[in-house]
Amino acid sequence: MITNAAPIVTRRLGYDDSHTLERYLATGGYDGLRKALTLQPEQVAEEVNKASLLGRGGAGFPAGRKWSMLRKASIAYLVVNGDESEPATFKDHLLVERDPHQIIEGTIIAAYAIGATKAFIFCRGEFALGFERLIQACNEAYEHGALGPRIFDSEFSLDLVIHPGAGAYICGEETALIESLEGKRGFPRIKPPSFPAVMGLYGEPTVVNNIETVSNLPWIVENGGEAFAALGEGSSTGTRLFALSGRVNRPGWYELEMSKTTFRDLIFDPSLGGGVRGGGDVKAFIPGGVSAPWFGPDQLDLGLDQDAVGKAGSMLGSGSIVVMDDTTCVVRAAWRITRFFRRESCGQCTPCREGSGWLEKILQRIEQGYGREEDLDLLMDVCDNISPGVSWPPQQTTICVLGPSIPSSIASGIRMFRDEFLAHITGGGCPMGSH
Amino acid sequence: MAHLSEENLVRARRLAEIYPKSRSALIPLCHLAQAQDGYLSEEAMEDIAELCGVSPAEVYGTASFYDMLHTEPVGRYVVAVCTNIACMLNGAYEVLEHAESSLGIGVGQTTDDGLFTIEDAECLAGCDLAPCVQVNHRFFGPLDAAGFDGLVADLRSGALADIVPAHGVLSRVDRSNGLEVDPVGDVAR
Repeated sequence: MITNAAPIVTRRLGYDDSHTLERYLATGGYDGLRKALTLQPEQVAEEVNKASLLGRGGAGFPAGRKWSMLRKASIAYLVVNGDESEPATFKDHLLVERDPHQIIEGTIIAAYAIGATKAFIFCRGEFALGFERLIQACNEAYEHGALGPRIFDSEFSLDLVIHPGAGAYICGEETALIESLEGKRGFPRIKPPSFPAVMGLYGEPTVVNNIETVSNLPWIVENGGEAFAALGEGSSTGTRLFALSGRVNRPGWYELEMSKTTFRDLIFDPSLGGGVRGGGDVKAFIPGGVSAPWFGPDQLDLGLDQDAVGKAGSMLGSGSIVVMDDTTCVVRAAWRITRFFRRESCGQCTPCREGSGWLEKILQRIEQGYGREEDLDLLMDVCDNISPGVSWPPQQTTICVLGPSIPSSIASGIRMFRDEFLAHITGGGCPMGSH
Repeated sequence: MAHLSEENLVRARRLAEIYPKSRSALIPLCHLAQAQDGYLSEEAMEDIAELCGVSPAEVYGTASFYDMLHTEPVGRYVVAVCTNIACMLNGAYEVLEHAESSLGIGVGQTTDDGLFTIEDAECLAGCDLAPCVQVNHRFFGPLDAAGFDGLVADLRSGALADIVPAHGVLSRVDRSNGLEVDPVGDVAR
């Protein structure tokens, strides 16, 4: 079902100049911050708790609970994660380019709630235009009195730095992001002890929130947490920005009320995905970024709901849905995703660094017609060494979750399409003619 | 310290100062140097090392981890063809093959005239534009072979000069406000 819930984070995007301060102020911009500053920080946090806002980065951890972990810290940093790099995810890209002031206002509200006086927005380096617009918006926010000392004549002061990434998927992992922000290689840290709330940036307590997460804050403060929680169902409250791509007629971003809309609606409704490109059938789809196990057509009627997708054996993850149709070779799709992980593995942990390369090579030889009968067992064995049991949610032998994300496409692909994998091996190549 | 221009040294010092610890400016300074030279030269890395209080080897060791930082010269236009899943499903490898054959170079190589370098890129978060391409980190798409030829022609003629800045330039706007704010001062530099 497609509800008529009004958009929250994309509510200004009908305007061509949505990224400018002028448009932002003309559409209620910084009103949420003005209201927040009349409340106590604890009251702001309470509204976010009432909203049950789940983090929009991929892990889906409740934002309010994250904040409460460092309420008593004497020094606190806020880092906003805009290093969006999960393949097929492009919602933060949209928000950075089209509504940078909303991100900045949300950042200031979050900083106020946790008592941070220094905040950083980490913007993916490849979003050059978005980075430029964030810098421009940051300059304007200072001039407007929304940043700097005594914001809007309150007692609260905040300094904000817009920081560029330099091209590394792993920096979306929060401890790798912190390393990168400290001017180092993006090597994830071992947790414990390096939970950001305990030992984050420069060893101090740090909250890391996603761009879309903070973009919801101005609306939540203005309209109240209960109004947000009234949207969606169960733990999946509010609206969410979904990114649809692959073999669909209308790839793009769609802000939808959580839970209510199904994958089938998203892919087929004429106002949304508009059906499969070329008119074929859905063969499989990825429900939440390439780290998520694939679903088959029998899961199309699931709602866009974090718990429901989790119970069905995958994740809503970063909210990006990729459609594969009957022209798609699943071996090639699994190979391309595995190649990505091999290239982006930071190299610290042996199972991930070596395993990803092995998996890529095995998939490549199957696709090219040199596969062996024992290769499917070998693939699963290597997967098992990276993520024991190859179960969902995955077990982990590595410092971070990049490793255990690798088996997702391979294990779910073999489970659903064993015959197609075998046909590559027995037939000496790709039956679909791809290479 | 000699390699960065006078103007860029001023910008570099300002960047180093907005962070509680100057090493945090390492990556922004690499971008700054790359904007000046088109790539990250050894001389620039020595300057950056001094500004961040680390050794040149640490600057190189950090920079070499990141895809966007080129420690060898590249073309004036770095053309990154995304081939990840969403673009692949819509013909990205065909675009990449066309790019290689039409420009006469392979992935990672630069044309003899120094104009173009081709990259086989991971997901650039432009999947609604699939198959998409970035030129010096500005987006173009969806592209087929003819669209790619048109893009190359526009780059050659200078028609995209307003949209595509020199390689290495991320923001054409500098941080100009809030510089007087004393960083919290809670962390020893």
